[in-house]
Amino acid sequence: MNTLAELLAIKEQMQSQVVLRQGKTDSGCKLHHQVLCCGGTGCTSSGSVKLIQEFNDEIKKNHIEDEVNVIRTGCFGLCALGPVVIVYPEGTFYSCVTPEDVPEIVSEHLVKGNVVTRLAYTGIETTDPNVQAQIKVALNETPFYKAQHRLVLRNCGVIDPENINEYIAMDGYQALNKALTSMTPDEVIQVVKDSGLRGRGGGGFPTGVKWSLCAPNKAPQKYVVCNADEGDPGAFMDRSVLEGDPHCIIEAMAIAGYAVGATKGYIYVRAEYPIAVHRLMVAIDQAREAGLLGKNIFGSGFDFDLTLRLGAGAFVCGEETALMTSIEGNRGEPRPRPPFPAVKGLYGSPTVENNVETFANIAQIILNGADWFKSMGTEKSKGTKIFALGGKIHNTGLVEVPMGTTLREIIENIGGGVPNGKKFKAAQTGGPSGGCIPASLIDTPVDYDNLTAMGCMMGSGGLIVMDEDNCMVNMAKFFLEFTVDESCGKCTPCRVGIRRMLEILEKISDGKGTLEDLDKLEQLAQYVKQNSLCGLGQTAPNPVLATLKFFREEYIAHVVDKKCPAGVCKGLLNFTIDKETCIGCGLCMKNCPADAITRTDYIAPGHKLASCEIDPQKCVKCGTCMDHCKIKSISKK
Amino acid sequence: MKKKISKIPFNGTKEQEAALQAAIAENKHDKSNLMVVMQKAQDIYGYLPFEVQEMIAEGMDVPLEKVYGVATFYAQFSLSPKGRYNISVCLGTACYVKGSGLLFDKLQEKLGIGADECTPDGKFSLTSARCVGACGLAPVLMVNEDVYGKVTVDEIDGILAKYND
Repeated sequence: MNTLAELLAIKEQMQSQVVLRQGKTDSGCKLHHQVLCCGGTGCTSSGSVKLIQEFNDEIKKNHIEDEVNVIRTGCFGLCALGPVVIVYPEGTFYSCVTPEDVPEIVSEHLVKGNVVTRLAYTGIETTDPNVQAQIKVALNETPFYKAQHRLVLRNCGVIDPENINEYIAMDGYQALNKALTSMTPDEVIQVVKDSGLRGRGGGGFPTGVKWSLCAPNKAPQKYVVCNADEGDPGAFMDRSVLEGDPHCIIEAMAIAGYAVGATKGYIYVRAEYPIAVHRLMVAIDQAREAGLLGKNIFGSGFDFDLTLRLGAGAFVCGEETALMTSIEGNRGEPRPRPPFPAVKGLYGSPTVENNVETFANIAQIILNGADWFKSMGTEKSKGTKIFALGGKIHNTGLVEVPMGTTLREIIENIGGGVPNGKKFKAAQTGGPSGGCIPASLIDTPVDYDNLTAMGCMMGSGGLIVMDEDNCMVNMAKFFLEFTVDESCGKCTPCRVGIRRMLEILEKISDGKGTLEDLDKLEQLAQYVKQNSLCGLGQTAPNPVLATLKFFREEYIAHVVDKKCPAGVCKGLLNFTIDKETCIGCGLCMKNCPADAITRTDYIAPGHKLASCEIDPQKCVKCGTCMDHCKIKSISKK
Repeated sequence: MKKKISKIPFNGTKEQEAALQAAIAENKHDKSNLMVVMQKAQDIYGYLPFEVQEMIAEGMDVPLEKVYGVATFYAQFSLSPKGRYNISVCLGTACYVKGSGLLFDKLQEKLGIGADECTPDGKFSLTSARCVGACGLAPVLMVNEDVYGKVTVDEIDGILAKYND
């Protein structure tokens, strides 16, 4: 492929394949329906591969294979409802589809054109068939999708990620063409700078500035690196982009290469994401074959090629200098900055490293211009942000919203609120490097600066919702266990400091903490934050500091009252049997590993057997008795 | 992270060694491919015993201490063999919040082994996983390639019973 005309010719040819999904009509289109099955990690885990096979079989059986086709896409974002299927042109969203449901969808919807309302997701919970029939069933009408602004995720769940032509049909590689044929490298950098795009990996450093620091450095070889080592537990936005739209990363990296004068690129991706790895490999091969990677791209004289490197499970490799050391084949330890990677990065050469989501914005900024991008977001945070909603929330999944959307909008409207009538307590952002936002601040617009002001961090965008059953001390402990495990050990503040912090937290959750421990914990946290070498250590104390700031009373309950208000910290729990409801079946007694349960001589009115009781001295607080009690007369306090 | 080192004697086959040597030959021109070779070696042997690390060090012409250093640094590399069925419980945030910690404790109790250990009959091994990215199905556990979502403690017996060969 050498010219824009060739690119546009493919786009034209592909129109009949994609028009249905864009809600348009085209005379050349023979299809009357298209079935999109999610092939992301979540839905593959819940069985979408079998579903696709079943759809193909049923479609053949009904002899409609010329009028209907099935496409395996990337992640739709609503993983909790997987496997999910979308049928176009209606845009009907079917959730939790089983192979047994397929014949009905095919014969009713695909053949007769009647939506199977029983399976259609509406975002409104009702079993009344009359109400169901009234509700609009198009996906983009549901509350989950309506409030979103899908810019980075625009192709995820819409195109077949293993077909480069579908990406081209969605204007793919036009930005690369525009940059290479009608812009100078400086102009490309200027547009990215003007757009106000900031790094989506956590720190929020302006992307255009990063590029402009690298560009003037002269070196025989420069590199572009894509950080796809999404280690923040509970975050999967990068995974979804790689699985759903791998070509947008390739295109953006080539543009970055052109802008800074790099001809080689590396994508460092987690080995735990096998589907993403596979799709990237397919995409790189296809791009090479089409001449969109390799020598003399679009006849411009610009060469660029990519290598895929698999991470091996080290959280610290998400830090840019550690990631580069890892690509070089070493233990992934960070190194001091300066020199910054823009001057001395991978293999000692000038390097630009950006996160997946950052790259995913680039092509559209080049195509639509800086002003278009700047029109979204807040004053200092432009564009959109993807959040991975998880924890105690109805709609677990990916949501993309303009910067500055309030937490309330994300959690209550898009996320559907906290399930089981529980009360929202806090939202944890930024994973082990972030803090938590308490319920009282739910109306804060979410952007880089507001989060930093709260002692939080955007991080990569994990957003874990917690309800009244979650103990904040325990959460802080959980994240510290993680960072203690993942600390590379190179610098002392992090290696030793956070371990000591964890020990204090363990003491507190065992009920042995004192008020002085809280002061010590806070002091130590500040020390570690200020003195650690890299981002991991500098941010590791954040979960502790944020919970101490917003939930100090919960810490005090642990150390002064020796109680865990949420009923989580085992060392502070007491298991008791309600002697009035206990039927004396003895199941708890039989299963108690510590022989802490004995039979009393009290028979409750109406019961035949004497009730049981727990000896708190012997009890190991394992909870086995509670698991076995059929009538739920055991409680923990 | 401290790694468990296996005391089970190494019994690699000639075929395995040939596969490893082929991977080394393909990558030895560039020492930065060390991790690529180690990842292949782990695919071939299932873990990285000292004997394999020695072969890699010699083949790639890097010090053994470097190979060992890399092997112990990354969570993915294992120095002890996995059971026929490796159970990995996701302890990522989303799963943890939904109670995967309880699942992990229960499995340790049921199998009588700790984290990163293998039952004496070589049947089950137990590991904790960082987020597998299926947060919508939390809590998640995997037995080899089979994924179980929204697992409760009560379901563990039933899941283990499926692997009764």
